[in-house]
Amino acid sequence: MFDALSEKLQATLDDVRGRGSLTETDVNVAMREIRLALLEADVNFKVVKSFTATVKERCLGADILGKLNAGQQVVKIVHEELVALMGGEQEGLRFASSPPTVILMSGLQGSGKTTAVAKLAKWLKDEKHSSVAVAACDVQRPAAVEQLRLVGAQAGATVYDRGTELPAVEVARWALDQAKQDGKDVLIVDTAGRLHVDQDLMDELVQIRDAVRPDTVLLTVDAMTGQDAVNVAEQFSAAAGFDGVVMSKLDGDARGGAALSVKAVTGKPILFASTGEKLPDFQEFHPDRMAQRILGMGDVLSLIESAEKQFDEGDAKDLERKLRRNEFTLEDFLKQMKMIRRMGPMSKVLGMLPGVGSQLKDAQIDDREMDRVEAIILSMTPKERRHPELIKGRRRIRIAKGSGTSVQQVNQLVKNFQQMRKMMKQMSKGGLKDIGAMMGGAGMPGGMPGGAGQAGQGAPVGVRGGSRAARRRKR
Amino acid sequence: MAREWTDLFVLDETRAAALPAPEPEKRGRFFKRLRQNMKKTREALGAELTQTLFDTLDEETWERLEEALIMADCGAKATAEIVGRLETEATTGGLTDPQALQNRLAELLAEAARPKEDATIDLRHGPTVVMVCGINGTGKTTSIGKLANTLTLELGQKVVLGAADTFRAAAVEQLQIWGERAGVEVVTGKQGTDPASVAYEAVRRGRESGADVVIVDTAGRLHTQLPLMEELSKVRRVVEKLMPGAPHEILLTVDATTGQNGLRQAAEFSKVAPVSGIVLTKLDGSAKGGIAIAIAQDLGIPVKLIGIGEALEDLRPFDPDDFAQALVKPDEVAA
Repeated sequence: MFDALSEKLQATLDDVRGRGSLTETDVNVAMREIRLALLEADVNFKVVKSFTATVKERCLGADILGKLNAGQQVVKIVHEELVALMGGEQEGLRFASSPPTVILMSGLQGSGKTTAVAKLAKWLKDEKHSSVAVAACDVQRPAAVEQLRLVGAQAGATVYDRGTELPAVEVARWALDQAKQDGKDVLIVDTAGRLHVDQDLMDELVQIRDAVRPDTVLLTVDAMTGQDAVNVAEQFSAAAGFDGVVMSKLDGDARGGAALSVKAVTGKPILFASTGEKLPDFQEFHPDRMAQRILGMGDVLSLIESAEKQFDEGDAKDLERKLRRNEFTLEDFLKQMKMIRRMGPMSKVLGMLPGVGSQLKDAQIDDREMDRVEAIILSMTPKERRHPELIKGRRRIRIAKGSGTSVQQVNQLVKNFQQMRKMMKQMSKGGLKDIGAMMGGAGMPGGMPGGAGQAGQGAPVGVRGGSRAARRRKR
Repeated sequence: MAREWTDLFVLDETRAAALPAPEPEKRGRFFKRLRQNMKKTREALGAELTQTLFDTLDEETWERLEEALIMADCGAKATAEIVGRLETEATTGGLTDPQALQNRLAELLAEAARPKEDATIDLRHGPTVVMVCGINGTGKTTSIGKLANTLTLELGQKVVLGAADTFRAAAVEQLQIWGERAGVEVVTGKQGTDPASVAYEAVRRGRESGADVVIVDTAGRLHTQLPLMEELSKVRRVVEKLMPGAPHEILLTVDATTGQNGLRQAAEFSKVAPVSGIVLTKLDGSAKGGIAIAIAQDLGIPVKLIGIGEALEDLRPFDPDDFAQALVKPDEVAA
């Protein structure tokens, strides 16, 4: 369902490569893909509109037409624009000149306020070495006070609560006095979840704000929020105002387009990201990583960094030569495998790959399978590794015994290897285009009606793809 | 169509007969409240879909309609389908009258929100076991609390609640408070106990005490957390082992503000616990809950209940026609 946008773009634009240069029509097709992917990632419709306009302008202006790596160029521009949209100057939390620093947490019901309060408390305690207190001003939801009492204590914060006996504003005022008396560095005020359309509750939030005069007001936004995120942010901004956003539930597979929209519309930065159930799953927000997530690019940067650390340039050249001459042996294969494995467990490496992230991240990739392959190869003689076609009859039995596997498994490995070699031979002859053919279709399900197939039929309008005239003709 | 609770819940005939007839006055009040609470929802979309939209039919008409549906979180796919159909009917079917187009749009939306499957909840299993799941913060416990109240006080059902959210701090207390309000028994375990054991105990208690309905609350979990999804599967299996055929109803709570990720949620939860109905919560905000249409259209899972506010009576049976009308019609027309 979540096709990686970057992959789609590459595919759409690579398609064009065969017949020479990119045209404006191709760019339009690419913009359509971007538009759909952003909408699927829940980026606000209006933001998407202006975003694609900017990207298109840059694409046409950047003179990428006719270039061979146009696909990559477009991806790069999209990435840069996404980062620009979400980032800008990150201010971070404001600290009061004389403590306590007061942070007010606001948001809709169920957006993760209470959890965020505890996580922020722990973060401040661990990262900033602050003494933190939290105030339980959610007197609405049954058991909210108990929840904060528990998680606040887990976070190592002092919890100021008066049960539900007092109105929220009174509790807040009282808690501030307590924090001053106790000489706390930071007081985080938890408030009841409220709907931005509920005037009474919004007024209450303003009263709490005026009572404690916070240095920073935070709004928690659920990463899974849809198009409405912008409304919510605008209303909170108009009523009580806020200085930054805490994105919650980023550990799911939501693309978090809401984050981008909120920043684009209110100009308020996303300061923190909450990424798990446990208290330490809370980080400062990185716009570039979010941009990659929206693009479905995976954490390519980390992967490249770690690959660079592991790969030896000489080795790589050697390998390339061998591939070209079809001299790739099981020995080389083993070397490659070891190199990749040095980068970490397979599931992690794959998870960082573009496009693979969403599908395979949680698939249980068995590193033991690779152990087995390694054991089989290591049980071969050097001669067998260089000439796997020798492996027959008694040799097979010996290798199976030596590696603690079965003859079938040895067979399978040799067969796979030979197939791989054949593939590589074709590749070195036919150029990269054949890889595309070989992997044809995989990973590119055309979920949308009128997908990329309708390229070249004028400007992409709306979500239905192709020109209307064309569709009408079809009917 | 489910306007009344008795349209949604299939009761034992003799029991149903014993219920007081629905008071028209009360019903009118409910409908008014529904419209009142969904006011923002309607306003936001209504602004895009003023009656003048269909006055002139050109590219822009369909673009604006697309925009409106996407802004309602119906998703690109469902939007493309609905707008495409309406456009075809307008251009080739000669449907051009603005009023007729608006009615047809409401119809198409209602159709999309009403997959073929039966959207009732059968309460004649003695006891019917209802399991409620969903991601964190979508309103599981609150919905269960309200449901328990309605079932007990309005439909005369004997209800047992199972507090199988043994993970979130104070979740059990939250359910207990609701249980007290409705005067129903709440089966609990200590924080951290195996949720399956609490569910088991709840169903056992339900059978023993002759309850009509056992509602099992589960901890909020993200659909990407495999061990937690496995845990949910276990809860379901354990209940099934004790009482074959149970859980009879698996409800998934979806927050109306949810975007396209809602589709993933419904699909992933269905893998471990086949979801038989959606509870669309928090419709009283400005979110339009179009994700329900996307889910119904894509996965064929019907919406069964909606939450339109904080008050006890704000959990209501879902009526696709009302919902669709509320989405597209300006106030004066619908009234």
